[in-house]
Amino acid sequence: MERPIRVVVAKPGLDGHDRGAKVVARALRDAGMEVIYTGLRQTPEQIVETAIQEDADCVAMSILSGAHNHLFPKVVQLLKEKEAEDILVVGGGVIPEDDIPGLLEAGISAIFTPGTPTTVTIDFIRENIRKK
Amino acid sequence: MDIKAGLLNNNKRAAARLITMLENGIEEALDIIKECYHLTGHARIVGITGPPGAGKSTVTDKLAKALRKEGLTVGIIAVDPTSPFTGGAILGDRVRMSDLSTDPGVFIRSMGTRGALGGLSKAAHGAVKVLDIFGMDYIFIETVGVGQSEVDIVKLADTVIMVMVPGLGDDIQAIKAGIMEIGDVFAVNKSDRDGAERTAAEIEAMLDFNKQEDYRPSVVNLIARDNVGVDKLLEAIENHRAYLDASGRYRSRKRDSLRTEVIEIFKENVIRSVARLEEDTNVLEELTESVLERRIDPYTAAARLMDSFTENGV
Ligand SMILES: Nc1nc2c(ncn2[C@@H]2O[C@H](COP(=O)(O)OP(=O)(O)OP(=O)(O)O)[C@@H](O)[C@H]2O)c(=O)[nH]1
Ligand SMILES: [Mg+2]
Repeated sequence: MERPIRVVVAKPGLDGHDRGAKVVARALRDAGMEVIYTGLRQTPEQIVETAIQEDADCVAMSILSGAHNHLFPKVVQLLKEKEAEDILVVGGGVIPEDDIPGLLEAGISAIFTPGTPTTVTIDFIRENIRKK
Repeated sequence: MDIKAGLLNNNKRAAARLITMLENGIEEALDIIKECYHLTGHARIVGITGPPGAGKSTVTDKLAKALRKEGLTVGIIAVDPTSPFTGGAILGDRVRMSDLSTDPGVFIRSMGTRGALGGLSKAAHGAVKVLDIFGMDYIFIETVGVGQSEVDIVKLADTVIMVMVPGLGDDIQAIKAGIMEIGDVFAVNKSDRDGAERTAAEIEAMLDFNKQEDYRPSVVNLIARDNVGVDKLLEAIENHRAYLDASGRYRSRKRDSLRTEVIEIFKENVIRSVARLEEDTNVLEELTESVLERRIDPYTAAARLMDSFTENGV
């Protein structure tokens, strides 16, 4: 039996819009994935604990508030501390071009800026999760 | 990762991985459960069911927080429907339980129904065992109260809470057939809304019809969102448990549920053995062919299949 890929879709930071995250969540579901949707204003600690308890293959985060340079790497760092760095981390939202290399350097596997077709995100997740 | 050692040493990652392995039917996972089964039986298992949006997750969140205040640990299994078309699911119950995520004494696991025959029930059984071995004092299972598979899961529970909301009216009529009977405690959530007293009265009236001789389910008005009435609900759960213990029903309930589980596992093993036998012999295909040509009937075919089983020592 083919097991579904499990993705935690999280919205860290203080901005109050999760429309983008919901669009991604639905697209991933429609691609046959199990999406654990966590809602607004998640702290990195909450996201990492959720990913661990849910045995997620991937954490997908979206940020509009501009706090990505702090929050995305923080999630990667906490996953490392919990020996869960094998969980794929991807990010999206309003992220300036100039910030992307630094985020990739910090261990975020991909950044999807607005306008990226959801199929690109889906394919990236499928191809890059660790095979269990 | 040594999953068994992790499970016994409070490592959530190990517990989480074991649940996944059980969900995906991986054999090694069963071995770990076999080795640790003697550690189960500690947790009190509470089913939370009711119509979509009734507030089941909010109720679960508040109950868990109340129990944590008493120093008890809590596991939560939250089930949401899998899309029958894509096999995907959006599991959204954690949205109402965000504060619990980082509590070391809480473990929350979301699960899709994944459609397949008894598949959910098997996965939920597995997750309950893992969380029980993990040492949780309470385990909550949230499911939407529609359909047979949900009813099956809920049978796992020692106590079932039916979460209702005011103004269901006709829905209560629809729900009552078969499903009303499984409620041990009724919570009328969203009692901040009009009609809460009437809904409670309607439930009471229905309970008059379903009289059990020695236990009558409590009906509790609740505003889970504002944490109002949660202590009363907890008390009703305790009362039901006290009744189960005092009446000997606890053991008989467990016995029933374990018997069902053994039969389910047995059936599954038989089906798997047929598949394995078929790989070597084609006996099922040949028997089917004979039935198709009306040389034998399906009953005889099944009996012969059984014979070739015993012959092959399966
Ligand atoms: N007015 C009112 N709203 C409530 C109460 N409790 C929960 N809600 C709201 O009801 C909505 C649904 O709550 P959930 O806890 O997600 O309900 P659920 O039964 O778990 O929903 P599903 O899992 O989707 O079936 C949310 O918007 C809650 O804030 C309450 O006591 N009063
Ligand atoms: Mg819910």
